[in-house]
Amino acid sequence: MKRVFKGRAVVKGNVTAEALVSKGGFNTLASYQHSLMFGDKNGKCSDQNNQDLYKKPMAGKALCMPQTIGSTTGGLVLYCAASMSRQPACLLFSKEIDSLAAAGAILADVWTDNSMPTVDNLGSEFLDYVQTGDTITVYEDGSVEVIRS
Amino acid sequence: MELTKRQRDILDGREGDVKAKIMKTLVMYGETFGSEKMVDITGKYGHLVTSFGLSVMKPVYDLMDTLIDGGAVSSQPFSVDPRPLESCVPRNLIQDIFFRVMYSKQDDYDKQLKALGIMGDDAYTCTCYMEEVGNIPKEGDILSWAESSAVVYANSILGARCNRNSGILDLFGSIVGCVPYFGLLTDEGRKASWLIEVKTSKKPEAQLLGSAIGMLVMEDVPYITGMDKYFSALDDDAKAYFKDFGAATASNGAVGLYHIEGLAPEAVKQGRTLLKDGYKTFVIDDAVLAETEKNYPVIWKDVNAKPKLAFIGCPHLSRSQLIAWSDRIDEALGRKGAKKVSVKTVITAAPAVMNRFKEEEKGRRLLAQGVVLSHICPLMYMNNPQCATMPVITCSNKLRTYTSARYYKEDALLEMITGGER
Repeated sequence: MKRVFKGRAVVKGNVTAEALVSKGGFNTLASYQHSLMFGDKNGKCSDQNNQDLYKKPMAGKALCMPQTIGSTTGGLVLYCAASMSRQPACLLFSKEIDSLAAAGAILADVWTDNSMPTVDNLGSEFLDYVQTGDTITVYEDGSVEVIRS
Repeated sequence: MELTKRQRDILDGREGDVKAKIMKTLVMYGETFGSEKMVDITGKYGHLVTSFGLSVMKPVYDLMDTLIDGGAVSSQPFSVDPRPLESCVPRNLIQDIFFRVMYSKQDDYDKQLKALGIMGDDAYTCTCYMEEVGNIPKEGDILSWAESSAVVYANSILGARCNRNSGILDLFGSIVGCVPYFGLLTDEGRKASWLIEVKTSKKPEAQLLGSAIGMLVMEDVPYITGMDKYFSALDDDAKAYFKDFGAATASNGAVGLYHIEGLAPEAVKQGRTLLKDGYKTFVIDDAVLAETEKNYPVIWKDVNAKPKLAFIGCPHLSRSQLIAWSDRIDEALGRKGAKKVSVKTVITAAPAVMNRFKEEEKGRRLLAQGVVLSHICPLMYMNNPQCATMPVITCSNKLRTYTSARYYKEDALLEMITGGER
């Protein structure tokens, strides 16, 4: 089964990856804190408050969320994750992207070789529909294809 | 985006490749939010969130070297978040070894901060807006700050204008002296989409109320009523309360600005005209707060473990809070016939605030009672895996959010550190 959602490409790019879905706000620092500190290349989520993601690997996944929350180190954390090749494959937001996530996505794009295609404004229907494990393909124009086997 | 000649020159590389890349980053950042122009920073000082020389954050330090080598240093002096370590804070041998490895870049990073333009050796605190520190923006000032608790305080209590900038972008703005104009810099962006009516039976714990509101409104601006029942003016006590409240709204949600009816500067001037059309209403009562607290996860291996350490002061305490804690601890110890705290307790404040307090009678009394007075960042302490597995308690909802520290309300924590049963 396939569905296509249309959003705005904040950082343009094409990528296919497995979906990892956070129904609530994604706390970037709390989520990445342990993996950055202790060299976990899979980027296992350490946010105890996020039961959707807690202890799940984030590196290389299509991270789907409403927005990011928490510390203003958020963008810096994403930049570090990208510099260390532990970043999600792409960032997909149901709402308009928040300032911290935007900073992280743009810093990764301008200052590293590991850009994360980033799409926002995908709508609440996207987040209601997408499930962890779905196959996601992101296109440069902000289209996001969700395939469920 | 429309740029001034100076801004265009920087983007075109007339001040070097590094500054051009910085300006490109800021332009992309602004355009993402529909910004049509850059505005000059008018605040005297900046504030950076990145204070720690964490060995695994090598990409950040490499970037700082790129900036310094490219002549891209801050155009304004800045303060920065707290240092991660201080020798007075308890640690065992293994924890100490971990700290030395984890923060092995601290000295190098301190040197980088000097080269980039830090205000001084003591400018390490998340509460840079304390009088003793001196980084106090004026109402209406445009800032390029990060540190979520400082940004929300500057916006809400001081009436300055600052977006929730990320680390690195805070410095980028300070280097080129301008920031994209959008969000909380605009009048429209400062309007509230939530009316929060606080109807509790007594003054709510600041960090619990902030947590409940942050989790509810996320990144939205709340207009909060009912606090005039507990505060008649924006005095030191009220400022300290809303400092802690704001830190919880920003860490448990993503709040960058809140309005407090009758107290916070914009709410005093504009009242409920700050509410957007179609705003949502929510009532916070005792039941909501109890439910919020009940849902906090406890990730200690043994949930019945005896606490080994307590942290008070995330964000850093004000002088009035230090005095209040000194009196409360003294009273509780006296009531129980004890002379020293029964749980190792670390109280934190900005270096300039703490150094002065340590010389006062109430500071000396706390030290004699076994309390450690420090200026570290408790969060950075708890990042040590050897500390994270310890049963640590705190009355900070921010610390609870980011670490394994277990949250207790202030009265409960006071009883525990002075020998009371849990």
